[in-house]
Amino acid sequence: MNQMNPEGYTTADGRKIGPVLMEMKNITLRFGGVKAITDISFDIREGEIRAIIGPNGAGKSSMLNVISGFYVPQEGEVWFKGYKRGPMKPYQVARLGIARTFQNIALFDGMSVLDNIMTGRLTLMNSGLMAQAMWWGTAEKEETAHREKVEKIIDFLEIQAIRKTPVGRLPYGLKKRVELARALAAEPKLLLLDEPMAGMNVEEKEDMCRFILDVNDEFGTTIALIEHDMGVVMDLSDRVVVMDYGKKIGDGTPDEVRNNPDVINAYLGVSHD
Amino acid sequence: MVEKTATDAALQSIPALLARNAAKWGAMPAYREKEFGIWQSWTWSETADEVRAIALGFLTLGLERGDHVAIIGRNRPALYWSMMAAQMCGAVPVPLYQDAVAEEMAYVLDHCGARFVVCGDQEQVDKVLEVQDRLPNIHQIAYLDRRGMRKYDHSQMNALADVAAEGRAAHQRVGAELDKRIAELTFDHPCVMLYTSGTTGKPKGVVLSNRNIIMTSKNSAEFDHLRQTDEVLAYLPMAWVGDFIFSIGQALWTGFTVNCPENASTMMNDLREIGPTYFFAPPRVFEGQLTNVMIRMEDAGKLKKRMFDHYMALARRVGPAILDGKPVSAMDRLRYRLGDIFVYGPLKNTLGYSRIRVGYTAGEAIGPEIFDFYRSLGINLKQLYGQTEASVFITQQPDGQVRSDTVGVPSPGVEVRIADNGEVFYRSPGTFVEYYKNAESTASTKDAEGWVATGDAGFFEEDTGHLRIIDRAKDVGKMADGRLFAPKYVENKLKFYPNILEAVVFGAGREMCTAFINIDLTAVGNWAERNNIAYSSYQELAAHPKVYEMIQGHVEEVNRSVAADPMLSGCQIHRFLILHKELDADDGELTRTRKVRRNIIAEKFADLIDALYAGKDQIYTETEVTYEDGRKGSIKATLTLRDAAVVDGQKRMAAE
Repeated sequence: MNQMNPEGYTTADGRKIGPVLMEMKNITLRFGGVKAITDISFDIREGEIRAIIGPNGAGKSSMLNVISGFYVPQEGEVWFKGYKRGPMKPYQVARLGIARTFQNIALFDGMSVLDNIMTGRLTLMNSGLMAQAMWWGTAEKEETAHREKVEKIIDFLEIQAIRKTPVGRLPYGLKKRVELARALAAEPKLLLLDEPMAGMNVEEKEDMCRFILDVNDEFGTTIALIEHDMGVVMDLSDRVVVMDYGKKIGDGTPDEVRNNPDVINAYLGVSHD
Repeated sequence: MVEKTATDAALQSIPALLARNAAKWGAMPAYREKEFGIWQSWTWSETADEVRAIALGFLTLGLERGDHVAIIGRNRPALYWSMMAAQMCGAVPVPLYQDAVAEEMAYVLDHCGARFVVCGDQEQVDKVLEVQDRLPNIHQIAYLDRRGMRKYDHSQMNALADVAAEGRAAHQRVGAELDKRIAELTFDHPCVMLYTSGTTGKPKGVVLSNRNIIMTSKNSAEFDHLRQTDEVLAYLPMAWVGDFIFSIGQALWTGFTVNCPENASTMMNDLREIGPTYFFAPPRVFEGQLTNVMIRMEDAGKLKKRMFDHYMALARRVGPAILDGKPVSAMDRLRYRLGDIFVYGPLKNTLGYSRIRVGYTAGEAIGPEIFDFYRSLGINLKQLYGQTEASVFITQQPDGQVRSDTVGVPSPGVEVRIADNGEVFYRSPGTFVEYYKNAESTASTKDAEGWVATGDAGFFEEDTGHLRIIDRAKDVGKMADGRLFAPKYVENKLKFYPNILEAVVFGAGREMCTAFINIDLTAVGNWAERNNIAYSSYQELAAHPKVYEMIQGHVEEVNRSVAADPMLSGCQIHRFLILHKELDADDGELTRTRKVRRNIIAEKFADLIDALYAGKDQIYTETEVTYEDGRKGSIKATLTLRDAAVVDGQKRMAAE
């Protein structure tokens, strides 16, 4: 299923996928006596759209939190860009080039769309607190440069009309898009999307799909996403990891996964002993 | 200001005007576009440079004299430049409606035999590719926005920026050829081909020559004293003749600045930021803005509301007179000036109309209340009457002689006459050359002496010399008893109510008139909220008995006003219904410029019309609808049919 050239492969639509960017080796995560994840291994390659799917409670979000470094697994190793990763603070994760969006939107409601997206660039700003507060020296130049990047993202995600609108006043679908914009503002190497389509209508889903594909295509960003909507997952992703009850039950291209008997059982339901 | 010698031999094409502007106003802004949150601008000399680069690029790709270059996208400077670049190469630009579905696009692309297509973005490219296998003529596609285009087969496709870069690199190789082609252009070369939306049948390609565009631009610019320092906002479809005249014809002639909004949804913001001095909008834009203002004033604080009401009453009384330079008492002038500080000024600023010197509306009749509202604020809003075939201008209102029910006096250089059956004919330097590949229609529209039939019925007012348009000549008919039937006249009266979005009146050859009504979701929805009426969909709101009552009130008021005109009293509406869906261009019920296609509606809803005349109270119906992505579905509904009170017109008939 996973016999691939270490240098990468070429997808059906002609995109070049690079070498392994992140590798999870035998991850086990426990909360007290509860095993959320049991001995899972898989990799994410550069330029890939990688999906993690599974029924409710399968451990998908826990897995994403392990990838993002928010949870530290009791067993197993996480390798990123060829180095083994130890426990890290969130800002260290961000500096490594990992950004994410959340299942329940986590934006600053009172701030404008523009300001929210600007916060995504905080880890890339160099001038000190005093310089920024006094608007002195390099701070001004720096903010102009960052604003330019942010405007490119606003243009990319077609949210020009709400640039100055406070996020709290926006409908759900647009908030999701703003969250994606903020994650993109950090210029991540690896972008983690936690249920990017949850609660959206068909049109919003189609828009979001197109944005995800365009992000991958335009910026070369590697994307790992969790999603419930099977149609979306199968259309979008290059490779899919399927989880059930904390275990990996399938891994491969959408077609391989679709025909995997374990996966069919997990989704259509068989009795678990 | 405009030169007196301007029509001399040197200025007989758009590229020639561009060269003049680059020399004369080289450092002045020509085109602006908001991108990345900032207004980016290009001076006339930069514009000339960009246009030349694109033209050189087109030559390297093999653009030939007489080729057609289709342009599809929203208003963006680079697309305007592509049109001028095509002209430089001796080709003819053909702008298309960007919201047209692939099928409609295929017809036009096939009819004009476009060899080059310039698209705004991926969405437009996809539409062209969808129908390309049926269009063997298409040789090259260029696109402006690179986004999402990486994976496409580029063997016959280029980014417009790459075309320009290639052109710059090849300037020594093809520069001489380009100069030769520019020098060949004359007054009689085609300048642009525009497809009329066509209220009947397939669209027709109207060929307009350099003479048409340049003479019309010159005359109309002089009529309104347009200046090089003027600013316009280019936001109306590029396929529409008005946009071509404003954003290319007049812009090139007078050298003013054309501003392109960031995208369609930011248009109102961009309007405010630019504050155009010369502005055109169809009535629905003005209606929409007025509705918004009124809704927001309903929610304003008491003090603000009272100030607004007080000063608006004053403005309605004296505002138009002040604007027209008529005598107004000193006291009223003083109060109006106070009102300007407290209400009119801030309101105009919010709307983006602070700097307007000349504003036009056309295309449809505008409601007198709406028209007067803007004029009372001191905005010089005027009406014009025009057609694609006339390069827009047939009649327009001079400053100081503005009324909501006329369309003004003949534009400079235009002759107008009324035929015996009431149809309006005109002849002007702007009169189109021909309908492309359609000699039959050309002959039936334009006679040997150059007179063009407008298809509209109208008359000149004896005392003022202003033209009044009643209706489409072919729609003006007779009822069963021989009385005059002018549906548009009645429909317009209905549409002046903010609650009514569209109305279609039937009655030709019948003994009485009936109507379909489309409610305006914004206005009626707001009204419903205020009156605690719950609804979950357009259909449910439209069928609500209270909404019916309200609409019935409007219909009966219109009946009373129609009855006052002895000629048209037969057009009172006896029965009506409220449609369960909005009339939509995607379903073919409206044209892309939102004009009602009467025959198609009559055919599609024949069951409803029969029910109206059969005197039924209710009818069940199923209607096919097309979604934006082209898929089809159907709506089922049971509609209520109602009688409306009419004023007895028999006495008048008897008296005749």
